Amino acid sequence: MSDIKISIKNLHKAFGQKKVLNGVDLDIKKGESLVVIGGSGTGKSVLIKCIQGLLIPDSGSIKIDDAEVVSATSRHKKDFHAKMGMLFQGGALFDSLSVWENVAFSLLENKNMPREKAKMEAVRVLRQVGLAPDVADLSPSELSGGMQKRVGLARAIITKPEIIFFDEPTTGLDPIMADVINDLIIESAKGLGATTLTITHDMASARKIADRIAMLYQGKIIWQGSVKEMDKTENPYVVQFINGCAQGPIKVEV
Amino acid sequence: MQRKYVENFLRTLGKPLVKFIISLGELVLYIIKAVYHALTPPFYFKNFGKQVLDIGFYSLPVVGLTTIFAGMVIAMQSYSGFGGVGAESMVADVVLISVTRELAPVLSALMVAGRIGAAMAAEIGTMKVTEQLDALVTLSTNPFKYLFAPRLWAGLIVLPLLVLFGDVIGIFGGYVVGIYKLGFNPANYINATLEYLQPLDITTGIVKASVFGFLIALMGCYNGYRSKGGAQGVGQATTNAVVSASILILIFNYIITEILFSK
Repeated sequence: MSDIKISIKNLHKAFGQKKVLNGVDLDIKKGESLVVIGGSGTGKSVLIKCIQGLLIPDSGSIKIDDAEVVSATSRHKKDFHAKMGMLFQGGALFDSLSVWENVAFSLLENKNMPREKAKMEAVRVLRQVGLAPDVADLSPSELSGGMQKRVGLARAIITKPEIIFFDEPTTGLDPIMADVINDLIIESAKGLGATTLTITHDMASARKIADRIAMLYQGKIIWQGSVKEMDKTENPYVVQFINGCAQGPIKVEV
Repeated sequence: MQRKYVENFLRTLGKPLVKFIISLGELVLYIIKAVYHALTPPFYFKNFGKQVLDIGFYSLPVVGLTTIFAGMVIAMQSYSGFGGVGAESMVADVVLISVTRELAPVLSALMVAGRIGAAMAAEIGTMKVTEQLDALVTLSTNPFKYLFAPRLWAGLIVLPLLVLFGDVIGIFGGYVVGIYKLGFNPANYINATLEYLQPLDITTGIVKASVFGFLIALMGCYNGYRSKGGAQGVGQATTNAVVSASILILIFNYIITEILFSK
């Protein structure tokens, strides 16, 4: 049995003339926390959506536990989704449901758990991410950005998924709240033994949660390594990105 | 030189045409997918119940107001047209036929398209642009089954009930004008209404209402599902949902009338 959880080979995705992914090759080991960094519009979100089956790539292969995702039927995709949890950038909480119904959504709709039991489980996971039980009955619109991220995290981990995706988990949060979310991500992932894929351009977050970092540029993974290796690398693209310099090989379209 | 002009002309003509054909294809695929998911389990009965309340119960005041005034106007207009001997039974007949076959289904559907079609497109459009639809998929839930199917079923089933309610209120509107404004005898007016009442009048309205309800939900969900960008995209989707549903209601009204009444 291979120790690779997610294997991506030669992945291509274009929107019209714009090639967003142009031959991505990436392997993620079981239990590993991989962070993909890259500027805005480099295809990080497209990559994560292709892995989840939300977008269909033009060509290439994505395997989870050696099973192909790209050509999977909708029934098989559902099996893949059962293994995954996802924290969306904006939380993507359902406005029409209360906080606990959001968190317990999978338990209620897919596992037909009785409502009382599902609520108890939701409150337990909300506590785990640092939210008081009285938050459970609020509407998502009554929560701050940081609280919404916590609820999103609770929803992502309640089914104890094998893989968790984090899409810009700290965007829009103050540095202290961002660090709290980083700690929660590490705790949750390590507690579940889950494989995680995070996309971010927040370097403080990347340094904290990554076992390994990969940089996506012009639709390709141009560098990958540990945080220590990243600090020592002389790759001009990585150096420019992590130092946030306007001058360098990465040209920003203004 | 002339060939270049022709090429340019065809290109100008061709681009919107190709775009139109692609949109039409997408719509057909969407309809097939929506109907398939509406007919296959799992069924979300709680969501269906919520839609029944939204489309049906909360639309009762709007439909009631629309149809009562429609019935009253028809009574006044037909009296001014048929004034004289036998006006009593003629007015009752015209009110009955106009309200049950045309006014109640069409006006109710147009009002519901404005109220519910817009709300559906706005809700689903907002869910789309805030990634809530993607979140549903990652939670192993198909948006077609969870969001669209309950709305389609509710539209199909509830609008006929609304129209039955509108029929009663519309005929009552005609009665009120007939009795209190035109001075008809109440017993004679009611007798005339019952005498002229044909099952076809009611079934026509119900058939039309089912089709209109389905179209309203279909267009609301479709335009919301296709919305792009932020607030502007959702606003555009809302407008498109109401306009497309209203046009389709008028077209299908003619088609159904043609099928049921052409001899």
